[in-house]
Amino acid sequence: MKGYDAVIVGAGVTGCAVARELSRREGRFLVLEKEPDVCEGTSKANSAIIHAGFDAEPGTWKARMNVRGNAMMDKLSEELDIPFQRIGALVVCLCEEDLPKLRALYEKGKTNGVPGLRLLTGQEARELEPNLQKEVCGALLAETSGIVCPNERTKGLGEKAAQNGVEFRFDTEVLSLERSEESWILHTDTGDVKARAVVNAAGVYADRLHNLVSEEKLAITARRGEYMLLDKSAGGHVRHTVFQLPGQYGKGVLVSPTVHGNLLLGPTARDLEEKESTATTADGLREVAEKSAFGVEGLPLRQVITSFSGLRAHEAGDDFVLGETADGFFDAAGIESPGLTSAPAIGEYLAEKIAEKLALPEKKDFTPTRRGVPHIASLPLAERVEKIRENPAYGAIVCRCEEISEGEILDAIHSTLGARTLDGVKRRTRAGMGRCQSGFCSPRVMELLSRELPEELLEIRKNGKASGIVLEKLR
Amino acid sequence: MKHTIVIIGGGPAGLAAAIAARESGVSDVIIFEREPELGGILNQCIHNGFGLHTFREELTGPEYAQRYVEKAEALGIPAKLSTTVIGLERASSGEGLLVTTVSRQDGLVQTEAKAVILAMGCRERPRGALNIPGLRPTGVFSAGTAQRLVNREGYLPGREVVILGSGDIGLIMARRMTLEGAKVKCVAEIQPYSGGLKRNIVQCLNDYDIPLKLNHTVVDIRGKERVTGVTIARVDERLTPIPGTEEEIFCDTLLLSVGLIPENELSRELGVELSPVTSGPRVNESLETSVPGVFACGNVLHVHDLVDYVSEEAAEAGKNAAAYCKGEPAEAGREIPLCPGGAVRYTVPAAVSPEKMGAQLTVRFRVGKNLRGASVVVEADGRELLCRKRPVMAPGEMEQISLKKEWLTGTEQEIKIFTREA
Repeated sequence: MKGYDAVIVGAGVTGCAVARELSRREGRFLVLEKEPDVCEGTSKANSAIIHAGFDAEPGTWKARMNVRGNAMMDKLSEELDIPFQRIGALVVCLCEEDLPKLRALYEKGKTNGVPGLRLLTGQEARELEPNLQKEVCGALLAETSGIVCPNERTKGLGEKAAQNGVEFRFDTEVLSLERSEESWILHTDTGDVKARAVVNAAGVYADRLHNLVSEEKLAITARRGEYMLLDKSAGGHVRHTVFQLPGQYGKGVLVSPTVHGNLLLGPTARDLEEKESTATTADGLREVAEKSAFGVEGLPLRQVITSFSGLRAHEAGDDFVLGETADGFFDAAGIESPGLTSAPAIGEYLAEKIAEKLALPEKKDFTPTRRGVPHIASLPLAERVEKIRENPAYGAIVCRCEEISEGEILDAIHSTLGARTLDGVKRRTRAGMGRCQSGFCSPRVMELLSRELPEELLEIRKNGKASGIVLEKLR
Repeated sequence: MKHTIVIIGGGPAGLAAAIAARESGVSDVIIFEREPELGGILNQCIHNGFGLHTFREELTGPEYAQRYVEKAEALGIPAKLSTTVIGLERASSGEGLLVTTVSRQDGLVQTEAKAVILAMGCRERPRGALNIPGLRPTGVFSAGTAQRLVNREGYLPGREVVILGSGDIGLIMARRMTLEGAKVKCVAEIQPYSGGLKRNIVQCLNDYDIPLKLNHTVVDIRGKERVTGVTIARVDERLTPIPGTEEEIFCDTLLLSVGLIPENELSRELGVELSPVTSGPRVNESLETSVPGVFACGNVLHVHDLVDYVSEEAAEAGKNAAAYCKGEPAEAGREIPLCPGGAVRYTVPAAVSPEKMGAQLTVRFRVGKNLRGASVVVEADGRELLCRKRPVMAPGEMEQISLKKEWLTGTEQEIKIFTREA
């Protein structure tokens, strides 16, 4: 049985952030993930927002980690080559009676230590954002709010952890764990592993893992949020992330540009009985369409290129559950919004605790920076010419909608924690994310995966183990 | 680089346009094609039925394409293959256009052209554009992607299949999948009529006992990793699913044939005016877009039913682009809009200059519903020029009429083309 100093369960953004912070220390670390790639659960399907931190209740983990996580972003996005833009957010108020709530939000933000907050009149808000509805009578501007690529964020953290020596084991599910002398034994469907410390970053399943070791039970509900993504031609409809004043189900429906220039609408909020249902529903999508129009006028809903839903890991106590729950068992549970923003802060906090407990010395040769797969099409012309000259495969376009070349796809396959699935390639390069939604490029990408991995075309899958794409060879 | 005419796309439209431009006396014509071979989507259409109008023969897609490829080769028309056009703008000199391409072999190249012919074809509407609720497993393919997997790659993407939408590719794939051993359970079509050709309904569905369920759509997709089933339901006149009519069907694959969208990203970048109805450029009698020197033909202009008409239209575009480049003086003249009415959804061209048109001009259009015994009427400034009775008109089939120059003397305001129901 292989032994580790720490084993992290879950390769979402939280697990990868803990892994990256732990990799600053000497020790043997392993990340276990039931899916074939990093960023397969909650981390991949969310609003892609780096929240300012005015929303969380003062004194909560959410407030503390959000504000810290936001402040860490400039350095982190630089170090890890993560697309990130501080475009600012506007919380818009649609009726005069609610203006005190807007002010209360502003005060809460101040208490949480959020910089760059300003209250605006409806007129001032519309000057910043001309497509706001006429009814908007006031707004809270949060200058530090930003947008990020969640995939690249998670991938960057995970990849850097791996480059600094953390092992990753995919397609591996933790079935149970038990205490044995000074260690934990984790039973997985690919064998047992032993760890001095365990980090529970299992997303919507974090309650199950926690409840195996603690008498203080957690109850995590998968709270589904549905989204619609609009074509890039609609991406300029707003310049800020536009929220409505929060209601009892989270932050309402937002309208936001994405770092890739699309427009994102959503999410809804519905609590589910089961933990896996990322289905979209007719009602949910209708709700997104209706609610997104409350604050913003003239949304070009005909330009929807895809819809999706994500699951938030909502814990009954309404806060993150962080810290050492049992001897050597560290929780990062109930990580719902603002979890994407908070992840680096959570990673920093937990890694510190673990390092202290296990007395792990700092690693001398830790390297902080990494470069993502280059996006050749967004380079200035002269640089693009140069890149293609260095590697002619950057000139062979495979995904016509997003203009992704064979070279970029090969980079994605051969990078650290490289892509092994169609979704893996898509999330690293954006091949297949455009307006045709992979109709043209998927056969080509399958062929490249098959050639490079190498694997039979029949073995090439979209994501999970049972998601093979073609079923039979005909000739 | 510098060329007289650059043709974007080496499918049936681009090939016919190139040949016609060359035959009209422009020697310097070049085709940019993103795939490694010419022929476009025809290369994966291995069924027959192509060329009945053009060659009076039933050819397969690749055979049809080959005739044009050989002709282009015989004329010595160069084609840059595996070359993607990534930019199209007006040349900074103010004269002509600048086309930016990338390829493995030549890298990034900028080419100046006197005229450009847009022949980029179309793409399929994906699932996302329909907002079909449900999970997002593998096994949902657009019909054209499935066609490529079967016909070009030699792999079967599914064994138990439901097809949503009755566009021609969907119908063709119903037959193709059946012949390869799959079971096609039904074709669901949300409209009260098929989006495809009548002959395809007969030859691809009826001959194989595949039910076509009109007024039906998919309301749920099941399966965490691979499709395990879909739910279809009847829709009302407003195309909204009727509760209580749901039917669960077990399948591992859902094919989508729910419409084609002209690929006009380059045209948009250039500032070409597009029609909201066709999603293609608005063109005049010369098939010239709102940007002088830029012509359009084939499925990038409007989605065709038969490739024969693509070739015919593209040849016109090639000829006109050649005339433009040779600077053949066109009399300045008034431009009269063609206004669709009744069940006529659009016309190509959308405007005509009687001074510039030839003795007669083919006007193509589609209707928005099934019509029996209705007439197509052409009126100029309220004066009836033509009334042609058609036994059947259907949304899946393109219609055309011929407009004669001599009719338009004195016409000032508008030419109306509409259907008159019996």
